[in-house]
Amino acid sequence: MAEKHLMCGNEALSEAAVAAGCRCYFGYPITPQNEVTAYMSRRMPEVGGQFVQSESELAAINMVFGAAVVGARAITTSSSPGISLMQEGISYIAANELPAVIVNVMRGGPGLGNIGPSQADYFQATRGGGHGDYRTIVLTPASVQEIVDHVILAFDLADRYRNPVLILIDGVLGQMVEPVEIAPPPAADLPAKDWALTGCKGRPPNKSRSLILGENELLEMNRRLQEKYRAIEAAEARHEAVDAADAEILLVAYGSPARTCRSVVRKYRERGYRIGLFRPVTAWPFPSAALAECAKGASAVLVVEMSAGQLVEDVRLTLGPAANVLLLGKPGGEVIQAGELEAEIDRIIGLHKMKRR
Amino acid sequence: MTTVFKRPESLKDTETHYCSGCGHGIVHRLIAEVVDELGIRERVVGIAPVGCAVLAYEYFNFDVSEAAHGRAPAVATGMKRARPDLIVFAYQGDGDLAAIGMAEIIHAANRGEHITVFFVNNAVYGMTGGQMAPTTMLGQKTETTPRGRNALGEGAPIRVAELLAQFDGVKFVERCTVSKPRNVLKARAAVKTALSLQIEGKGFGFVEILSPCPTYWGLQPRVAMRMIEERMEEIFPLGRIKEPAAEG
Amino acid sequence: MEEERIVIAGFGGQGIMFLGKLLCHAGMLDGRHITYLPSYGVEVRGGTACCNVIISSEEIASPVITSPTTAIIMNTPSMIRYEPEIVKRGLLIVNSSIVDRHPKRKDIGVVMLPATTIADRMGNTRVANMVALGGFLSKSQIVKTETVLAAVGEVLPPYRQHLAELNRRAILEGKAAADAQGPDAIWSKITRGFGLG
Repeated sequence: MAEKHLMCGNEALSEAAVAAGCRCYFGYPITPQNEVTAYMSRRMPEVGGQFVQSESELAAINMVFGAAVVGARAITTSSSPGISLMQEGISYIAANELPAVIVNVMRGGPGLGNIGPSQADYFQATRGGGHGDYRTIVLTPASVQEIVDHVILAFDLADRYRNPVLILIDGVLGQMVEPVEIAPPPAADLPAKDWALTGCKGRPPNKSRSLILGENELLEMNRRLQEKYRAIEAAEARHEAVDAADAEILLVAYGSPARTCRSVVRKYRERGYRIGLFRPVTAWPFPSAALAECAKGASAVLVVEMSAGQLVEDVRLTLGPAANVLLLGKPGGEVIQAGELEAEIDRIIGLHKMKRR
Repeated sequence: MTTVFKRPESLKDTETHYCSGCGHGIVHRLIAEVVDELGIRERVVGIAPVGCAVLAYEYFNFDVSEAAHGRAPAVATGMKRARPDLIVFAYQGDGDLAAIGMAEIIHAANRGEHITVFFVNNAVYGMTGGQMAPTTMLGQKTETTPRGRNALGEGAPIRVAELLAQFDGVKFVERCTVSKPRNVLKARAAVKTALSLQIEGKGFGFVEILSPCPTYWGLQPRVAMRMIEERMEEIFPLGRIKEPAAEG
Repeated sequence: MEEERIVIAGFGGQGIMFLGKLLCHAGMLDGRHITYLPSYGVEVRGGTACCNVIISSEEIASPVITSPTTAIIMNTPSMIRYEPEIVKRGLLIVNSSIVDRHPKRKDIGVVMLPATTIADRMGNTRVANMVALGGFLSKSQIVKTETVLAAVGEVLPPYRQHLAELNRRAILEGKAAADAQGPDAIWSKITRGFGLG
């Protein structure tokens, strides 16, 4: 199916989950991701799958736990307040080392906030989010096509590492329509799910648990988890760099603000300014090494995000206190306009007396 | 020589952590016996709660998962929806099911999920040290009702079996107890009816089992068993609350 | 770079979203980059409908439009809201059967099109959106009219296919009516302002 379809991000991610072989969707209505629940309620029965509109996000994530622990591919989607409710379940999924895909179509917070597009759940997503020392792999697509590609990737990463994978998009990406291609992915070489609870026919019983009371046993379990996280960090950090090699000003952004940054970079390059964009494609693991390399020659690094400043902390951790890391952050479910970004860039150009080439 | 009594295959040969006189061991054995009898040990998946039975996966000799506190019916829903060929049961206590997990049990029941829930009601929180449960009886002293549970401000005990029986999706509800051999046999029959219902694909089955907690009732095991009959059964009457519908 | 940033706004039920989706689909068939963003959530309550359509020769940055090159306006509240936002030398298409006022701007091209009246005359008031679309196609070359006509059948759901011909006719009626508004309108004399902003 190489045909292009016009789909909004939410519908496209639903269809991509179907293409990835997922036959279990559990979710609770919340704006701005309602298109997913509606789409799945029609689509899952068509493909012999299961759709449950759960009584809460707590129930939804635990239904995902149940489907995952018996070996099925399962997905849930929500938006910020609902994702907060899911944190308990995500911690259990991480502790039981189960594969699961969770999509957060972020909206403005804190509290009930608004339904505008936001990136204010970056801390929650990249630091585990629930209780305990764990991490979720975090993918941050910036187009409807990339949402599709990331959903397919997310299921493979979840199965490969037996770990929850979070796809972080904002309300704009969930709602916007672009042409997409959704092709069934080639079969990935993934480990067998011999840990799954599928009935103990011909083998000793399997158990799935995270209560670990023996002396030092929880310590050992945590060390093993941390080793897994180090392996993920080594293998799965992804990024995109646009005109970054010689950039004097390096923009850092993910998701829909990265789109605005990309066009502004193009505009300033045309005018002769050395400006580039670094886009983390995984927010965890954070592509630190690549960012450090791209930022080497920059006199200013400008982080552009729809929050009061969260991604900027990872950038500062990566580049250290000597780097000139600036923030254009906008919380409250508001989009960052190209004009605001250009004003900030002009200010930096003036401050550093940067010359055109 | 004929063997008249042996450990069911579905129960591991291990000691449990339960206090002397606790009812959980009996309920575990009943489930294990019925799983053996129905020949489903290799396709059953159990869910252990958060509460005294949290370690049930160490005792049952078949696949068992934990669930977060109260979420067992949601986990069971996910399991059964993903793998309808499995026989899925949730094993829950009164705090797990009737307090923190009330939303999950009500909605799984109302959806008529094809799962079985065993609800062990001993009217107190055991794992955390004897605090009030939603099923704690009026006047009963616990760590958090030192003057005895008072309906005013603490509410009256919740009758979960009656609550769930009203939903059309619920096909079988029985309350039983393990207070004496005759009742144990009745409880075994209820466990069997509930699991058979699921094997036949007929819908949601629920068995509430009144069970003693000598430790946090502050009673000798034998006295605790008597207390079930003298006090608990008054509030939680035994019997079949909803019959499985006849074939038709 | 050729780019149209089109805001389409009116009452719910006027076919605003369909108009947007049809334009996008045609843009895609013409090999353009496109994005479509509906207003969503509480914004859509209370009867207003609005969508943002960008059709471009290049990759599109944000799908959110702050300075439209074109506004297709189907009711008075949307006129009040969007007229001031249109770029200088941009285009304003007004359903003059419904909108009860004239635009104040002198630096934009304006087409006053009695879309609902034309649609009523054709026997179906609901194709006023297509008449307005025809007005847009008369003044913009961002998509080909043939492509839009071809796309009608692809965008209409199966149970509405019997309305395809009527929709196409309404587009052509609207285009002809706008063409007839003559060459003296400001939009025909100026090069429209494109690009970022």
